[in-house]
Amino acid sequence: MGDYIVLIISCIFVNNILLAQFLGNCPFFGTSKKMETAIGMGMAVVFVLVLGGAMTWLTYEYLLVPLKLVYLRTIVFILVIAGLVQFVEMFLKKNMPALYAGLGIFLPLITTNCAVLGACVINIDKEYNFMQALVASFAFAAGFGLALVLFAGIRERILLARVPKPLQDTSIALITAGILSLSFFAFKGMA
Amino acid sequence: MAKSLAHEFFKGFWQEIPPFRLVLGICPMLGVTTKIQFGIGMGIATTFVLVCSNILISMLRNLIPSKVRIACFIIIVATFVTVVELMMQAFTYGLFKQLGVFIPLIVVNCIVLGRAEAFACKNSVIMSTADGLGIGLGYTLSLAAIGSVRELLGAGTLTVWGDPILNLSSIFPGFEPFVFTVQAPGAFMILGLMLCAMNMVGKK
Repeated sequence: MGDYIVLIISCIFVNNILLAQFLGNCPFFGTSKKMETAIGMGMAVVFVLVLGGAMTWLTYEYLLVPLKLVYLRTIVFILVIAGLVQFVEMFLKKNMPALYAGLGIFLPLITTNCAVLGACVINIDKEYNFMQALVASFAFAAGFGLALVLFAGIRERILLARVPKPLQDTSIALITAGILSLSFFAFKGMA
Repeated sequence: MAKSLAHEFFKGFWQEIPPFRLVLGICPMLGVTTKIQFGIGMGIATTFVLVCSNILISMLRNLIPSKVRIACFIIIVATFVTVVELMMQAFTYGLFKQLGVFIPLIVVNCIVLGRAEAFACKNSVIMSTADGLGIGLGYTLSLAAIGSVRELLGAGTLTVWGDPILNLSSIFPGFEPFVFTVQAPGAFMILGLMLCAMNMVGKK
């Protein structure tokens, strides 16, 4: 049990997927201008990453390893994720229209979110067992959501501030992300 | 014709240099640029994938049905990424270990997919090659630029494949390495400040 707590804390704070591992930065800057879109994106990532983490782990362990096709990992993983996203989209549209309306536009974007593929590859590289992979996927996704929502809150405030011209837009966003990353850096000694 | 070919090639170096002008592909930009040579290695790997996938996609552009085009692009890109992965494991294993998870992640690098969608599926093979080469080299250049700033400030030296080519502490005695720049928060800040500098220079 204690191991899992350490794993969760390390995946959310110490090795935060956005601010320490630099995965998924395109949606981080793209969807953080408004709080609502940030929350939608964060939830969609949690949803897909947990399912995707489980699916890719099972595919790797029970399909690629027995068939000695480990070198096809990248292609197979991206196909599994793309198929999964498509399936989830159709399922939600039919059975949970309310959730679909909330996540709708963000779901297709997730296929090319490198946080999802990255977390799946990290699960395999670190040789996690199934339970650990599942917990780590959830914790990575939670860390993604947390950082994204915090960042969106800060960016909404920046809109009201007077920023020097050359620094406007992406430039100030990057520097803000640096300061946010610095605060996550403080967790470094914990796990 | 020749003029526009040159235009497609050179626009990658300043006009549309990724990731400064097109804010795409930031993840490897921040993740691997602690040293200049990692930046160059990553840039070359991305360029290879970009050029090959641009060529293949523009050759097949009339055959791919537009409804499933994104899925087709991803498979083509993933194939070339696997080629790069296997080649790097065979010839440059050390660099492959250092770049780690970022090599398989070239698949989801927005630049590659973005060029396929925005350029290769609409233009001829030669033009797409020029476009892929230009954008790829521009990307390599900016990765190398950020890598050199971070390595120079963070370690005080600039090393390319084992040969130190510049040593700050010999120029400025008493120089203390500014370790912040090679750590995670420094990556964001250096990129932000470089973007700011480019905005100042390129002001219209």
